[in-house]
Order: sequence, then structure tokens, then C-alpha cells
Amino acid sequence: MDIQEYFSLVFSDYTLRTITLGTAILGAVTGMLGSFAVLRKQSLLGDAISHAALPGIAIAFLITGTKDSNMLLLGALVSGLIGTFWIRGIIKKTHLKSDTALGLILSLFFGFGMLLLTFIQKQPNANQAGLDKYLFGQAATLVESDVWLMAIVTSICLLVMLVFWKEFKILLFDADYTKTLGFNTKFIDILITSFIVIAIVIGLQTVGVVLMSAMLLAPAAAARQWTNSLAIMVFLAALFGAFSGVFGTAISASQNNLSTGPVIVLVAAVFVIFSFVFSPSRGLLFKQIRFIKNRRDLQLHKTLAFMYNIAETHDDISHPHAIKILNNFQGFTRGTLQKLVKRDYVTLTGNMWNLTEEGFKMASNLYNQQSNNNE
Amino acid sequence: MSNAQIEIQLIASLVAIACAIPGTFLVLRKMAMISDAISHSILPGIVVGFFITQDLNSPILILLAALTGIITVILVEYIQKTGLVKEDTAIGLVFPALFSIGVIMIAKNANDVHLDVDAVLLGELAFAPFDRLMIGGTDVGPKSLWVIGSILLITVTLLIAFFKELKVSTFDAGLAASLGFSPVIMHYGLMTVSSVTTVGAFDAVGAILVVALMIAPAATAYLLTTNLKKMLILAISFGVFSAISGYWMAHWLDASIAGSITTMLGLLFLTVYLFAPSKGIIAVMYREKQQRTEVSLLTFLLHLKNHKEEEERHVNHLQEHINWQKVRSKTVLDLALKNNMIHIDNNIVSLTAKGDEFTSLAIDYIITNEDSQIEDMKDDFFLFRG
Repeated sequence: MDIQEYFSLVFSDYTLRTITLGTAILGAVTGMLGSFAVLRKQSLLGDAISHAALPGIAIAFLITGTKDSNMLLLGALVSGLIGTFWIRGIIKKTHLKSDTALGLILSLFFGFGMLLLTFIQKQPNANQAGLDKYLFGQAATLVESDVWLMAIVTSICLLVMLVFWKEFKILLFDADYTKTLGFNTKFIDILITSFIVIAIVIGLQTVGVVLMSAMLLAPAAAARQWTNSLAIMVFLAALFGAFSGVFGTAISASQNNLSTGPVIVLVAAVFVIFSFVFSPSRGLLFKQIRFIKNRRDLQLHKTLAFMYNIAETHDDISHPHAIKILNNFQGFTRGTLQKLVKRDYVTLTGNMWNLTEEGFKMASNLYNQQSNNNE
Repeated sequence: MSNAQIEIQLIASLVAIACAIPGTFLVLRKMAMISDAISHSILPGIVVGFFITQDLNSPILILLAALTGIITVILVEYIQKTGLVKEDTAIGLVFPALFSIGVIMIAKNANDVHLDVDAVLLGELAFAPFDRLMIGGTDVGPKSLWVIGSILLITVTLLIAFFKELKVSTFDAGLAASLGFSPVIMHYGLMTVSSVTTVGAFDAVGAILVVALMIAPAATAYLLTTNLKKMLILAISFGVFSAISGYWMAHWLDASIAGSITTMLGLLFLTVYLFAPSKGIIAVMYREKQQRTEVSLLTFLLHLKNHKEEEERHVNHLQEHINWQKVRSKTVLDLALKNNMIHIDNNIVSLTAKGDEFTSLAIDYIITNEDSQIEDMKDDFFLFRG
């Protein structure tokens, strides 16, 4: 199946439609909440939470004995929340730093989860196979009820975000000010964190424990490059996330042997690289262009200032001088000279130059009013 | 104990020691998450190395994979330097992308590669003794024992040779630079050792659990001591203890050895986290409670000193005036009485000479903005602490 065939089948084929819809919704909700995680400098929290969810899945299976994905996700949610609050406890109550706390919880919970998974595999229970799909995710196992669950969770997230938008925003940018205004910062904080945990947990089945953090970060990091407004960033992140989901599914469905999770992550990574390079205000490309342009302008100013210093010693400012004397000066090139002529700062006659009235005025004020023109 | 069992425990212990040494410095340098990133992103390096050498224990594969680890570090630092995103976001972006590339490379070549992602991520220590190293036809022991043994030897040699430099650059990069030790070389040296150790150990315990062996013993030791040498020794002993006890737990439960080792590390950390003498959570909470009471006591004494009027010093009045609950006022009153700071006469509280002296000194410190001195002064005045 190639990509075109995929797009023609996506509306008619049940499996493809379910998976595409699922990954799109997942991308949207993780992108949306990921924006908050990225801006709150909690990027790696997602990684820790997704790993910490693993023992919850195993324990939920051990208790209920069924593979009902809702029960397993509930277990994941509980253990993810325990992990999150333990991380906060470690950071607050001991002198261990946040990176240590994250790495610690991540690896310890994951190891414990692995212990439980291998323990379950040895149990004489035919039902146990397939729990390890939560490690790397299997979008192919999504069924309609899973997509409904995702849709419901996403709408709740959206609703809560709209209701608490002002509170989320103010806490994000100035936590102390929020406190002085009388908001219950602890409550808002817990609310955001809990929703991040929920978003991660519903994604486990699709992209798995290991790659879930990228789903949270990549769309948000890409969206951040295009805007300075939170609302637009959240919207863009949701859009990027959804597109990564759809394209990732399309690519992995059109090739053999490609699991969906890693492909979605790579598509999201392409979005990030594109944004890093081509974003107009922050992107590396335009930053470099601006840098070169500024350097050229600076050289232009240097030449003009040098000319001014020469012209100053004469009574008549438009007294002609040989171009040769500029050669000792590194700011001089034929190009810069032409530019100066074009701006009427200098006139050229043969191989002599002389400063115009306007050029003289400009040069004398060069260091006083540099900021108000962009030359 | 059979020969294989002894060998497994030996390998596990060596891995634990080899991880604990760089791990201690990573924790102290606040770079613990870098080890997580390295452990994931070595996957493409391992896959490429495996295509070339067809042998998971080959030194070329280890070097190639370690190189991927260092590339990760450089990429993270580059992205961070552009200022487009924060450091943690940079880490979180780089390693899933590299890991995905590795997973896809394995999936696309599934027929040629006898390597699956689970094996790389989780490892299987139980099989380690079966892969023997043969030199000239004689069996000299399991291959992974030799691999991790050589890595450990190199790590220990480097640690002893550069201990002083590592110590200075960890705690004061500026001082290290001015003394002529390049912090950059130290940084990349440590990153190289971490990458090589991670690669050498993934075969035995799996890439993610290497992270546990690096961070958990060091973090546990950090809660118990502030001396670098003691911290290293403690981290190593915690690592070895968990490795051996974890092995027996796995034996008993018939489950993954790596998982059991991590679980033992987790239990160890939990115990220390709760009960460590000065930095454990219980000790911290007890100290916080004690300090709360003592601050209340100070407030109370200041109030007494400020008010000569009897109605302000009546026991009942204090409750409503300073707005304390009954139990709390009683605790504070009892503490003050025990320490001989006040005496109560007809339900009227007044300062004793000692209480008066204490309060005056405290006021002096407060108005000169040296509040921290009050803590030392308490030792001289208090017979009983809050």
C-alpha cells in the first residue's frame, strides 16, 4: 500500500480510520498539554511519568486479571500520579535536584514494572500475552472504544483548559504574582500536572512508555518557535501533534514492518527541525541572515564615520578625496561605497568621493540616533 | 551455588560498581537525565555496530555506540546553545528521535538482525554466562565479564588519576578553570566514560536499568553523606548489595534479574529517603515541626517583652491575640516553662531574667538582619528543644 492508497482508504477502512483518528486526537491533546509542560520547564517530567506508569499497568492486570484497557490505564494513571508526587516530594524535602529525582523515579518505577511484567509472564494464565505492547505501543490494537475514550478525555481537557485558562496562564508566567492575587496556586499546579499525567497515560497504548515524552515535547517545542502568544502556541502545538499523528500513521501503514510510535515521533522531530530552522523570528536561518545584515550595516557605518572624520578637517565638507585613502580602512568595499551613493550620503566623481550635506549630517548624528533607524 | 550463578552475581556486581562511579559525578553535576538520554540514544549506534561486526560484545560495537552517546550530548548542547528551547526540552527532543531511528532500523532489517529492542532495553543477565570468551581454545570466562571488567578497570584508573581534577571541576567549575584544568575536557571525559559504561552494561542489565544503577546508588548515598569519597564508597556498596540481593530475589520469584536489582535499589532508596538521620523525610519533617514551634516561641516571647500590661499577658488573651489554636499555645507555653523562660503567676505570664536576656539578644539579631545567628544562640539557651 502506498501513501495515496492510504488516503483513499482512510475514510472507508474501519481499522485505518480508527487508528488515524486515534493518533490524531492523541497528538492534539498531548501537543496542547505539552505546551504547558515545556513552558513550565517540566519537559522531562513526561518521560518520568510515562515510565512510572508501567508498574501500574502490571499491578492492574495482577488484580483484575483482565486486559481491559480502561482498567489497565486506570492503574497506569494511579502509578503515574504516585510517581509525579514522589518526584515533587524528593525535590521539596531533600537536597536532591530535580534531574536526579526524575531519573530516579523513572528508572526505579520502570525496573519494578519490568519485574512485575516478567513475573506475570511466568504465571500460568493464558490471558497475559500482549502487556508488553505498552512498552513500545501498538497503534494497530486501537479499537473504537479506545478512540472514544481519547475523545472524551480530550474534550474534558479542553473544557478545563478553557475554564481555567486565565489561571493556567498567570501561573505559567508569574507564580509569585498569582499567589499574591489570592489564587490557590497549589490547586492549579496539581490540576495542570494531573492533566499532563492523564494525557500521557492515554497515549501509552499507542506510542508506548519509551517514546511518550516526545509526543508531549516535540509539537510544543515546534509551536513555540512560531509565536509568543500562549493561545496561538497551544493551538499550533495541537495542530502539529495531530498532523504528526496522521502522517506517522500514513507512513507506517504504507510500509511493512514499521511500528507507528517511532514513525510518529520522527515526523514530529521533522516538524521541530523545520521550525528551528525556518521560523521567521527565532529560526536559525533568519537569525543568521539578520546577523550578516547587521554586520554589513555596521561596516557601512564605520566607513561613513571614517569619511566624516576626514571631511570634518576641511572647511568645505564636500571637498573631494581620493578613494585610495579608504583602502587602509577595512570597512571599505566597492559595494558599501555604492550603497552610500545610493542613499545620497556620498557622491562619486571619477576616483574621488565627497560627502554630501545629508551624509555629513547623518554621520555626525550616527552615534546619537542609531536606534531610531534601521540602516 | 553453581558456577553460572556465581558468574552472574560477579557480572552484576561489576556492572553496579562501573555504573556507580560515573553516576556519583552525574548526580553531583545535576546531569542525571543525560544518562537516561545516552542510554536510549545508543540504540542506533548498537544497530549500526551490529551490522558491521555481527557480535554484541565486540569492542568496535561498544566504541560506535559510545560515539552515538557522545553525539547525543553534543546535539543537546548545540540545541541548548541556540536558545530556542531550554536544556531539559533539548534532552527530551534528542533522545526519542535517535531511539526511534534505532527502532526503525531494527524493524526494517528484522530478518538479518538477531537483535530485538527488548533485548537492548532490558537485557538478560541470565544468558550472560553462556556466551564464553575463548582464547586459543581455552575457556576464560563469560564475554560480558571481560567487557565490563575492562571498562571498570579503565574507569577506576581514570578516577584515581583524575580524582582531584574531577572533584574541583564538579564543585567549582570556575576555580577548576582558573587552576588550569579544562572543565570542557572533564565534562566530555565524564560523558565518554558514562557512554562506554552504558554500552558495556546494556547487554547485561539493559539500557534503561543502567540508568537506575547510575542514579539510584548515588542519590541514596547523597542523602547520607556530604563527603565525596564516602559518597563514592557508599554508592558502590549500595550498588553491589542490590546486585547480589536482586539476583536472589529474581531467583526466588523467577522473574527478570535486572528488574529485581532495580526493585532492590528502589527499596534501598525508599528506606534511606524515609529514615536517613539528617536528610531523611522523617528527620526533615521532625526538624520542620521543631523549628515551627521554636519560631512560635520566639514570637510569643517578643510579645511578652513588648507588653507590660497585665491584660495583654493573660493566658486566655494570648490565645485570641496571637491567634493560635489551644494545643499549639499549650505546646509553646510548656516549652517556654521547661526552658525556664517564663513564669506563670495567676494566669498572668511574665518573662524570667533568662527569657528576657534571650529575647533581647534575639531582637538585636533580627534588627541587624542576622537571623541565622539565632539558631546558634538557641544551643546556649535551650535545655529542651521544640
